[in-house]
Amino acid sequence: MLKVLLSRLGQAALVMLVVSALSFVMFRYVGDPVASMSRENASAEEKAELRRSLGLDQPVVVQYGCFLENTLSGNLGISYRNQRPVTQLIAERLPATLELVFVATVLSLALGIPLGVLCALKPNGAAARLVQALSLIGISTPTFVTGIVLILVFAVSLGWLPSFGRGQVVDLGWWSTGLLTLSGLKALILPGITLALYQLTLIMRLVRAEMIDVLSSDYIRFAKARGLPKRYIHFHLALRNALMPVITVTGLQIGSLIAFAIVTETVFQWPGMGLLFIQAVSFVDIPVMAAYLLFVGLLFVLINTVVDILYAVVDPRLRARSA
Amino acid sequence: MKRRLAFSLTVAMGALLGFAADAKTLRWSSPTDITTLDPYAHTESFTTSMLHHVFDPLVRRGRNLEIEPALAVSWKTVKPDTWRFELRRNVKFHNGDPFTADDVVASINRNLDPGARARSNIATVTGAQKVDDYTVDITTKGPYPLLLNDLAGVYIMDKKWMEANDSLKPGNIATGVTTAASTTAIGTGPFKIESYKPDAGTVFVVNPNWWDKPQHNLDRIEFKPIKSDATRVAALLSGELDLIAPAPLQDLQRIGSSSGFKVIEEPSLRLIMLSLSFRPELKAMPGQKNPALDLKVRQAMWHAIDFEAIKKRVMRDKSRNTGTLVAPPVPGYSKDNDQTFGYDPEKAKKLLAEAGYPSGFKTKLNCPNDRYINDEQICVAIASMWTKVGIQTELQTESRATYFPRQDRGEFDVSMVGWATLPPMDGFSVLASLLTEQKEGYGGSNSGAYSNPKIEELTRKAAVELDEEKRRAMLVEALKVARDTVAYIPIHQQPVAWAVRDGVEVPQFPDEYVRLWFANVK
Repeated sequence: MLKVLLSRLGQAALVMLVVSALSFVMFRYVGDPVASMSRENASAEEKAELRRSLGLDQPVVVQYGCFLENTLSGNLGISYRNQRPVTQLIAERLPATLELVFVATVLSLALGIPLGVLCALKPNGAAARLVQALSLIGISTPTFVTGIVLILVFAVSLGWLPSFGRGQVVDLGWWSTGLLTLSGLKALILPGITLALYQLTLIMRLVRAEMIDVLSSDYIRFAKARGLPKRYIHFHLALRNALMPVITVTGLQIGSLIAFAIVTETVFQWPGMGLLFIQAVSFVDIPVMAAYLLFVGLLFVLINTVVDILYAVVDPRLRARSA
Repeated sequence: MKRRLAFSLTVAMGALLGFAADAKTLRWSSPTDITTLDPYAHTESFTTSMLHHVFDPLVRRGRNLEIEPALAVSWKTVKPDTWRFELRRNVKFHNGDPFTADDVVASINRNLDPGARARSNIATVTGAQKVDDYTVDITTKGPYPLLLNDLAGVYIMDKKWMEANDSLKPGNIATGVTTAASTTAIGTGPFKIESYKPDAGTVFVVNPNWWDKPQHNLDRIEFKPIKSDATRVAALLSGELDLIAPAPLQDLQRIGSSSGFKVIEEPSLRLIMLSLSFRPELKAMPGQKNPALDLKVRQAMWHAIDFEAIKKRVMRDKSRNTGTLVAPPVPGYSKDNDQTFGYDPEKAKKLLAEAGYPSGFKTKLNCPNDRYINDEQICVAIASMWTKVGIQTELQTESRATYFPRQDRGEFDVSMVGWATLPPMDGFSVLASLLTEQKEGYGGSNSGAYSNPKIEELTRKAAVELDEEKRRAMLVEALKVARDTVAYIPIHQQPVAWAVRDGVEVPQFPDEYVRLWFANVK
């Protein structure tokens, strides 16, 4: 077991190294920060000096070495744009993104599971067909369109919900939360729905497929033959078994929700990590971009490693194969 | 008794509500945020304009952008390279510290520090010396006519606070030093910062002890950046904002036709132009002589562009076409220079033939797609107009992040340039950056390698000319040479468009600064 654990962690470290190298090479092509950092009428000498002071005149390998060394010692550098420590910037933005992702996940589970069940129980009913059709729209509409349409309807026309921002937030230590105030909760609704929509349709379709599968299995047929109540069969016996893959997928999807919150955050001016990243890209703020990519990479690696290890714990066959 | 209590409660609540309604708050938004509260740690004009609400410079721009006294009440040149400033008395910083000559000296020194990113804004200043508590001498490298223009961008910080917070030196990315000044701003200005949350919002409250008589009626400013154009417009229309600056051009009509809102607009100082290559070869035609070295070819390129069509179709009639390289409010502008060559495709073809290119030639045209208003569309239009007269144009557009570094390296044949002459707001900046050869600190943005001996001479003379009338005449003369030799092809002044709800009165300035100490809300 220890061996499995170690090999998984080794793989994770290797992946992180590749992620960091790739992101670093990529920065050579996203542009040159010096142009955005110097004033309009800067002379060529001024720009060259700035480039030198940032170490950008060094070969890429040397720059990467420095970056790796600093990162390993926990120093993610200072933002070129606003000259604050990157770790501090990310720590400030993390709560906003995580709360949004949390709300989106809860929404997609709370709506996706019942709708999936509904579609599985009466696959040919009118309601199921309607839900199926809507889910197609949900899965194929780009996030920014959904966001803007929601804003136009609920903020501009109806005036019920705010069109941007987090509303009033409460600071609990370093964590700022919008879950404790009315305006904060209201502000979560539209971006939450926007971010949840894709996830929701995914979960709904998954539940439906799994349920249909489970409902046709032998033990359900025997349960029906025994005359157990329908409710008990559907929700206690069938749904529970259908939920296993849903939980796995939801877990894995949290990583992509965080990574893909960028668009939703831009549309709703949600002060999270995605917005930080977008601004870093347009300013060529290399330290912030690098830190963000590393963070997202780490998140995926972490989730996948945990899932892998859990599988190994659950399934002895996997243990044997890797040994 | 109960009833009386209820009655007095109602009265009290009414009073409270009345008071709340009386407190004037302006809520506004722009696509960019304040990058830092440290005035010397950035070179962005938006951040500079925001921090002007908190800090005062020695001299500032007035309602007509004229330079007027602020923390300095008067000044004179005691020697050609030394200016003496008489400071305003009884001014206090937001934390109560009195303002004296020590603060000016500490601020200038901090701005001159090698780590200060805004150091180049006062590149000719060599130092500041205290004469007495309310008199300061500022010295420059030789005579320097634009010192006041530069000082209008130097905000005065509180020396005592900087000492107490270890911020006498600015932050420095190269060495990894950060300071408390990037998140705290203590100035003498009309507003104080109540809270600063990057990307979420900054709240300003009025400074009741401001030394100047306020021309605004605000108690509070809530600034909330919104990056997405559509969301920013939606937030205005849903009543969550009072002002958006800028308002996206494509939405102006919709905003203007919504009841309760209006669009305000005027031409900005920012001039959009095409930079031509004066190198021996074009990238599009390696191994052959650069046709643009021939004046007739450059004239043909100018005549071939239908500026009216660009104005009408691309800019929705909001821009102002121009024939010179500076906007009318900027020193160095002259009406005589501001004549465009006129759209004449036949003449363009004739000129090309005379120059020995009867069947045209090939060139590349490079443009940013996220920097200037409708930059990409303008270039698409120009490429097709040129192709019509025989100049086969290969257009490439890209993001500002990669575009400007390439332009700096001189990789382009023809490329788009925007120039606002900021921060000095003077035509000299066009001469010193765009029209001079890249040496001795000049020509920083002359990516096409244009060179003209007359302009070189005039620029060096104007740099040290303290007689304003003579200096302006030199600028005008140099810009005339630039026009006659088609150094650049000017396109237009891009517009500044804002949108407000009814009842908000905000003056607009061509330098695109938002100056809310002139704002009044009902």
